[in-house]
Amino acid sequence: MGKLLTSLGALALVGLGTAWMLTEPDPLPASSIDGLIGDPERGALVFAAGGCASCHAAPEADDQTASHLGGGRRFETQFGTFIAPNISSDPVHGIGNWSDLEIVNAVMRGVSPEGAHYYPAFPYSSYIRADVADIVDLAAYLRTLPAVATPSLDHEVGFPFNIRRSLGGWKLLFLNEDWIVQTELDAQETRGSELVEGLAHCGECHTPRNILGGSNTSAWLGGAANPSGDGTIPNITSGKLDWSAEDIAIYLESGFTPSFDTAGGEMVHVVRNMAKLPQSDRDAIAAYLKAVPPVTQ
Amino acid sequence: MTKFFKTLAISTALLAASGAVFAESHAAMSPEDAVAARQTHMKLLGQNMGVLGGMAQGKMDYDAAAAQAAADALVENAMIADMAKFPEGSDSDSIATSRALPAIWTNFDDFTAKAEACTVAATGMQAAAGQGLEAVQAAMGALGGSCGSCHETYRKPK
Ligand code: HEC
Ligand code: HEC
Ligand code: HEC
Repeated sequence: MGKLLTSLGALALVGLGTAWMLTEPDPLPASSIDGLIGDPERGALVFAAGGCASCHAAPEADDQTASHLGGGRRFETQFGTFIAPNISSDPVHGIGNWSDLEIVNAVMRGVSPEGAHYYPAFPYSSYIRADVADIVDLAAYLRTLPAVATPSLDHEVGFPFNIRRSLGGWKLLFLNEDWIVQTELDAQETRGSELVEGLAHCGECHTPRNILGGSNTSAWLGGAANPSGDGTIPNITSGKLDWSAEDIAIYLESGFTPSFDTAGGEMVHVVRNMAKLPQSDRDAIAAYLKAVPPVTQ
Repeated sequence: MTKFFKTLAISTALLAASGAVFAESHAAMSPEDAVAARQTHMKLLGQNMGVLGGMAQGKMDYDAAAAQAAADALVENAMIADMAKFPEGSDSDSIATSRALPAIWTNFDDFTAKAEACTVAATGMQAAAGQGLEAVQAAMGALGGSCGSCHETYRKPK
């Protein structure tokens, strides 16, 4: 009996140890950015594609102040309320002192410079599919934006979600770089998948989540509950959306639907960002949406 | 084609006028009627936008008279925030068919300001509509933006 308990105890310890190891942050090595020099002009496009301002600008920001990334927007989720931090170039309150590698690891791995996990309210589970060179360009662009001296606020999340280490388990389950649509795509559709599945993180809103907050990729882009509780975010696969590729590209540029209603809710920010990308990118997104397996519900 | 648009614009203007009369004579519209009235109203805005937008996007040929008629109808319809069509208790939490968020009634001044901004943008389109395709295209962004900035804050996604 004593022996059994000891071996059980030992097993439990091994289990815990494994869990501890598995939940350890997994940043990209310094070599991943070897030889890359950020180009701020290209970075501006990455910034638009990634929609960083939609979350990190002040809640009351207008077109003029959308590049003031002092944070403060609140995101209510089933796990608590997250508050977007200051990512302006301010060296004290923002990320003005961060290296390229630190920014790359925050955005693409959800790991802080101190090695802590970020919450997935920061959509790194999409950004993980970005191109490292793009994020280095983005870092160069971020440094050109104004410094804002607003302190970041603490998130309002209770136990156990306030233990960042536990997010390692979440990452094990839901963080991976695999492309979601695995069927063969042509060059244009592939560019679309890079944007939709990666930087532009369309799935974060348009794909339903499971109870752990992970993306239910079997219903990829099939529509989801609105996290703010108001209504639902539409299914944008061809199972529901019967717009032509041209209609989709026009909507992403102007916000006009084929019946000349205009986009509302958070999609207004997305359209504002997509309008800054080249026409070829909007066409690529439209082509990709046409190629996504239809979800009917 | 042109005739169709003219008829559309005229019927829109008539409907709007009857809506206004209705609103005045029934100051206390039931919430259900108010929702139906404003949704019809919004659809009319969309239809007139369709004429201007279709031309702007090159889906149909530019026609100065049709563009002007649609823009005139828009201006007439743009004042959508009259209290009568947005009575208390007609929000999306109270009326299942409505997508009007309760926030409208806690920020009514801002909501009204957004409606006024839409009227201003529609007036800009009214001045541009007869001036050629490029003028219509140039006015389209501000007009669409004025619809979007209200839908962003005050309309629930489906
Ligand atoms: C959907 C909203 C959202 C978007 C879009 C978003 N972020 Fe964030 N971001 C957050 C939240 C929430 C946090 C806080 C995460 C945490 O504390 O665990 C965060 C944290 C960060 C941090 C860490 C800041 C710190 O002080 O530790 C950086 C850096 C960052 N984001 C950069 C970006 C960049 C660059 C982009 C665009 C590519 C971006 N974010 C897009 C929501 C967002
Ligand atoms: C001041 C705010 C505001 C402005 C400005 C505005 N809308 Fe709306 N719109 C709303 C609200 C609120 C609803 C939802 C009404 C409801 O369901 O009760 C709506 C609904 C709609 C609908 C859906 C109607 C239906 O139920 O079928 C269309 C189409 C529409 N708007 C078009 C437009 C267009 C086009 C413009 C610009 C010319 C515009 N709107 C300007 C607030 C606004
Ligand atoms: C922050 C959340 C969010 C993100 C990210 C997002 N969307 Fe949306 N999307 C919405 C909401 C909300 C609506 C409903 C808009 C409305 O109420 O008018 C919408 C509507 C749409 C529609 C119109 C569907 C219809 O039936 O009217 C399309 C198309 C669309 N989104 C495509 C995209 C694409 C492509 C991306 C990525 C580039 C994207 N969305 C990213 C929230 C989002």
